This record gives sequence, structure tokens and C-alpha cells, in this order.
Amino acid sequence: MSARVEMRGLRVSFPSPRGPVEVVRGVSLDLGAEKLGIVGESGSGKSLTARAILKLLPAAAHIRAERLRFDDIDVLTAGERQMRAIRGRRAGLILQDPKYALNPVMTAGAQIAEAWRAHHRGRRRQAMEAAVELLAQVRIRDPARVAGLYPHELSGGMGQRVMIAMMLAPDPELLIADEPTSALDATVQAEILRLIDDLVSRRGMGLILISHDLPLVSHFCDRVMVMYAGRVVEELRAADLAAARHPYTRGLLDCMPSLLHPKPRLPVLARDAAWNE
Amino acid sequence: MTEPMIEVEDLRVRFGTSEVVKGVSFAVPRGASFGMVGESGSGKSTILRALAGLNPNWSGRLRLAGMALGPRRDRAFFRRCQMVFQDPYGSLHPRQTIDRQLSEPLLIHGIDGIDARILRALAEVGLPDVVRFRYPHQLSGGQRQRVAIARALIAGPEVLLLDEPTSALDVSVQAEVLNLLADLQQSRGLTYVMVTHNLAVVSHLCETVGVMQGGEMVERLSAADLRAGRTRHPHTAELRALSTELEEAPA
Repeated sequence: MSARVEMRGLRVSFPSPRGPVEVVRGVSLDLGAEKLGIVGESGSGKSLTARAILKLLPAAAHIRAERLRFDDIDVLTAGERQMRAIRGRRAGLILQDPKYALNPVMTAGAQIAEAWRAHHRGRRRQAMEAAVELLAQVRIRDPARVAGLYPHELSGGMGQRVMIAMMLAPDPELLIADEPTSALDATVQAEILRLIDDLVSRRGMGLILISHDLPLVSHFCDRVMVMYAGRVVEELRAADLAAARHPYTRGLLDCMPSLLHPKPRLPVLARDAAWNE
Repeated sequence: MTEPMIEVEDLRVRFGTSEVVKGVSFAVPRGASFGMVGESGSGKSTILRALAGLNPNWSGRLRLAGMALGPRRDRAFFRRCQMVFQDPYGSLHPRQTIDRQLSEPLLIHGIDGIDARILRALAEVGLPDVVRFRYPHQLSGGQRQRVAIARALIAGPEVLLLDEPTSALDVSVQAEVLNLLADLQQSRGLTYVMVTHNLAVVSHLCETVGVMQGGEMVERLSAADLRAGRTRHPHTAELRALSTELEEAPA
């Protein structure tokens, strides 16, 4: 059960004193039950592109597209009410830092139960039981105890698991993970990504994984879109990453220090004005 | 002249009742770089902060070029030893121009020729002159980290303490900053102590690596041994496996 996302020529602009500035400039993508990675530097428009699907953009953003559909819903013309039926219920969003994304004055269990009740009919007791069950699904040992903890009592990795459990509560068809592990340690990072990978495959969901880490994304996704200055400069199967042709993609791969293949000096990215065109 | 630049002996730091650094010892020769890796909470940044004089509550022995360091440091210490933090957004004053932030260390240490020194410092970290009269919010993340490095270097220190200096930056900017740090070390003969969780970064910049776990330095090894997988402690092997797994994936 996964929804199709269809995006044609997405443009997002922000007003400025010198007229509107376009930060996403004609991005198209199609997504089914697969894992898509969007990679790019800060400011490349990768987060805005993914959030446009949920219409979760800053108030000043102006969004245009030839076509932007979530399954049978036209996102461009959908009202807030219709969008709320997508957000959370059909598409979940996992953010970078659980410290900011969780409510500091509610226990983990209560937050997950709240998300569950927003989308299921059921009593408070039932919701709490569902929350503990979801915590177990994201592989938290002793889920009943963790359900009673507040966010400040959780480590970064635990907090991110709670976020994931909350997003899974309504059984969404699509999961958008925006830098889900950038705030976490390398050891925890791998665990969280494997967990997302496993849950997405098992439930047959679609996944959009946004990151600036190209090798990481290609490890966990089927397909990778590389964005630069608001455009997609290259799209390739994750397995073909080594065969990337665009100089920007190559530059991103080359400029990373490597543990196994030491380089005396790191090649730096020589930006070409033509990539903006 | 084989006296180490930095010596740490049986360093212990406690916060309240819990000991977070449990007797760590290491030495860094002059002009060398030493890296500390580990998970959050392993105590690596706490060691750096004790060295920098930002936390006076430690016990053990710390020496800089053979001179014993006390819990409180004097001006002469900060002239020789400076620190660069992870987040250039947080470590620069948002309402002061770059010019003012770079002149402050010079005024503190009574160094003259401020104008010329600021221009030289900016050039050294590869920033154009116009940056001088800008505010931090007008600069990119990479430019801000360059300013933070320029500020650390402007009074001519011998030791630079680096706390995750590139983990808030894009990989393309990370490469530029790592190259800059390597160049500066060569031209000025600096001694580095760096904290990071990225094994590729640490083995790129440092010859020797200390692996931290639960407040103890469980292994010290050369970057070459780390690359080749000649590890002795299981935690080092675990960290290395995570790092190599991602590197090998696309190929």
C-alpha cells in the first residue's frame, strides 16, 4: 500500500527586496513504493522539494508546478483540511533533531498515543497500549518504561526512535526523512537508518531520504537525485553511484576524506556557473 | 628538544557524582596532531575543555611545553593555546563585525599593528578583504568557520584545540577547511588536538588517534594502523567497521 507521488516542474520562490528569488527551479519526480534519496548541499532546495509534497513550507514561500499530486489528491489546489488528511496519516515526516521536534513537557508514550488517537478511533487506554507496541517495533528495550519518560530523559538515538514510532502510528504510505541522523553518533546513525530501511521494506512504504551525505544515501536507497542550486543535476540508481557523470556529483564524492583510500590532499569542488543553468 | 607540546597524565573530570573522564593519559609532540574519537558522552570533548581551561574541575597533571597547568589559566596561556568550536554560528558574536571580533584577541594581548594583522589573518584563511566589515549572518557557514580559525590564530598560538571543526559543514566545505588546517599546520608548525566522531576526517588530519569509550581512552593507535585495521580494542574495530561499511557500499 503505497501512494504515488507525481511532481512536474516544481518551483518554489521567496520574496526579496529585489523581486522573487527562486530556490527550487523546475524539479520533477515520481515515487512509488521505493526508496528515493535526495542529496545536495545546504541551500540546494532538497528539503523544500520534499516538504512541498506535504505543503509544509514557510508562509512566505510561493509554490508553482505543472503537476503535484499525492495519489488522487491535487496538492496544489488542496485546502488545509484535505492536506491534514495526508499529513501524518498518509505521509509522515521525520526531522533532524528529536530534541526540538518532540514536546518537552509530554512523555514519549503520551506523544505517540496522541498521534495514534488523531488517526484511529480508540480509547486512551488502547492508545497507550498501541504506543508501547510501537515503541517495541522501533526496537526499544523495555518499551513500557520508556513510554513514561520525558524527552530530556532520552538519548539522541532513543529520541529519534520515539519520533519514528510516532510517525508510524497512523500507518502512513510514505515516509519523508529529512536528515534523520545528522544529529546522531555514527554508531546510532547506522542503527536508525537500518531501522527505517527495515520498517519501510516490511510495510511496503515509500521513502524519501534527504541528506548531504552521498555514500550514506546510496547505501540505503534504490535511487538517488542530486540537487544543486534548486535543480536536479543528476539522477541515478544507487548501485551506479560510482559511475556518476555530472562533475558536481563527482566532486561531492571526491572531496570526502576516506578511511580506506587516503588522499594527501582533498580535491576541492570547483563550481561551474554552467551547473546553475 | 623531544619534550612533548602537550602532556596529559591521569586526567580525571567529574560532574557532580559521576566521573566522566577516568584517568586519561597521552602526549602530543610539538608540531604533531592528535585526534580523539568516540561516541557522544565518551568524554572526548570534556578532555579538550579541561585542556583549554574552560572547566577548572579536574584532577591529574596537564602540561603545555613542559609547564604545569593549573585549573585557572593566565593570559600567557591563551596566547599559546586557542580553541575552534564545532558550530561557527554559535561561536561568533552575532552583533559584532568580523573586524571587531578579530581585533579583540590583539587588544587583550597588547599586540599592535592591528590593521595589517587582520588583513593578513583574513588572507591566510582565504577570505577576501571585504569580509572584514561584515557581520556573521552575512557569511556562509564555511566562511564563518574560517573566521573562527582566523580569530584563534591571530595572536600566534602554538597549539590549536579543534572540537568537531567540520561536522556542521557541507562535505565540499569540509574539504576546504581540512585543507586549510593542514596548510596552516605546515606553515606555522602548529600542534593540533582534534575531537571528532568521523574516522575518515581524523585519519586524514592526525597521525595518532585515541579512541574514547565511557570516559577511558581504550586504545591509542597510528592513523596508518587504523586504516589497515590493525586494531586491538573491540570498540575501535566496531567504529572502524561502521565507517568502512558506508565507504565500500557504492563500489
